[in-house]
Amino acid sequence: MSVINELIPPRPAPAVLERPLTAAKVVGMGVLVLWAILAMGLLSMVIEGWDPAKFERYGPRYLNGLWTTISLVGISIVLGAILSLPIAFARMSKNRVLNAIAYAYVYVFRSTPLLAQLFLIYYGLGSFRPQLESVGLWWFFREAWYCGLFSLTINTAAYQAEILRGAIQSVPRGQHEGAAALGISKRITFLKVILPQALIVALRPYGNEIILMIKGSAVVAIVTVFDLMGETRYAFSRTFDYQTYLWAAIFYLSMVEALRHLWAFLERRLTRHLTR
Amino acid sequence: MKISARLFAAASVAALSLFAGAASAQEKLVIGTEGAYPPFNVLESNGELTGFDIDIAKALCTEMKVECTFVTNDWDGIIPALQSKKFDAIIASMSITPERKEQVGFSKKYYNTPPAIAVPKDSDLKDASPASLKGKTLGAQGSTTHSNYTEKHFPDSELKLYPTADEYKLDVTNGRIDGVVDDIVVLSEWVKSDAGSCCKILAPLPIDPEINGEGAGIAVRKDEMALADKFSAAILAIRANGEYKKINDKYFDFDVYGDK
Repeated sequence: MSVINELIPPRPAPAVLERPLTAAKVVGMGVLVLWAILAMGLLSMVIEGWDPAKFERYGPRYLNGLWTTISLVGISIVLGAILSLPIAFARMSKNRVLNAIAYAYVYVFRSTPLLAQLFLIYYGLGSFRPQLESVGLWWFFREAWYCGLFSLTINTAAYQAEILRGAIQSVPRGQHEGAAALGISKRITFLKVILPQALIVALRPYGNEIILMIKGSAVVAIVTVFDLMGETRYAFSRTFDYQTYLWAAIFYLSMVEALRHLWAFLERRLTRHLTR
Repeated sequence: MKISARLFAAASVAALSLFAGAASAQEKLVIGTEGAYPPFNVLESNGELTGFDIDIAKALCTEMKVECTFVTNDWDGIIPALQSKKFDAIIASMSITPERKEQVGFSKKYYNTPPAIAVPKDSDLKDASPASLKGKTLGAQGSTTHSNYTEKHFPDSELKLYPTADEYKLDVTNGRIDGVVDDIVVLSEWVKSDAGSCCKILAPLPIDPEINGEGAGIAVRKDEMALADKFSAAILAIRANGEYKKINDKYFDFDVYGDK
């Protein structure tokens, strides 16, 4: 039987890590302090400039504008997603004509500013009223809201088509071959094997696209739509108070923040079989 | 980023030269204007500023013996730009209103004309009463007395706001809106031109002193009322020496100064 006769002598405490005050550290702290001051400045601006009369007068208008922005972005994202399906498939098609048309569409709408597209649709098409009336489309292009919806939709369709195409093509070839070896039909392979894997890859880019659309939708304020930005411009024009823009920023920020959390949740949920 | 840096550099050079100017014998002023409001202020395609406001401004500067340079700024942001010292005075047909007086100081008026409403020639509107305009869509430039006027006096009409006058003109031409409200001089000049051949003046609108104020004045920063007083004196001086009439007759066949 062995007995402990001798205890191990106590070890010295680990040496205190030397943390010298480097230049990078000082700069980092300085920047942090600057940010804190800025945040406090904004906060005090909100508190100091708080005016119940303005809040009462423009608050409901802001909420209206918020709803216009949300509905405009929501509908155009959904319509754009539907429109992006045929475009994405045309982009992957072996048919040269189809491929070229889809490529041209994506190329044009991704490489011109949204504002230019909106102006062309609103004011450009607006000058073809007789022609549009003769084909019965004037009621659509007459309304600024529809014009905004239309340009947002065709713009996001181009981006979404590229997201979808990239995601589908990112699924390894072996998945197709494996499904084929099991005798699964092409259609079922696509729906049950390829698409679910592609959508996981596409999830983040889709989220980015929606965020870009929320912010990009502010351009419709220029063509008389009273979206969140339009209401902000209106409030600013009546009060000359910078806070109106601060409030708009807060609203946009909260929309994006809510979406970010929703997306983080979706991703956790969809990839729970991949975590180890 | 680059552009803003360059602008900043340009602005600081301008500010420096302003300092230098103050020290030298002749004072220098930077005048802000919009450049999209014919016939009052227009930025021509060759980059030159013309119009009634510009000519009046030049006459006032000569009268005040100061050297003036002009810069253009979007209408929406013209008051904040004045406050942040991008220029020293706004001469851009800006009406003297109580809302604006909280932000800037004004000289005495240099002209005063009533608003009016213009409609397409084939419009079925007979008069400009709130009842007959009920349910119609009216356009106006945003941040103007005319947009406030329309909102107050035609509450049952839908109001659309445009960044500049050019855009509402396009929309009334293609029939998206049933009428536009703006200064009578601006509208009548426009319907006389080729671009405005679609439309006619339906009726002048009565001046609402609460909204239209006392006419168009020259805006300066609130703490520089001395400059506004100098402008006021100069306006009266060019009224007296006939310079005003010369400029007025170049553009209009009546006196836009309005009542005393």
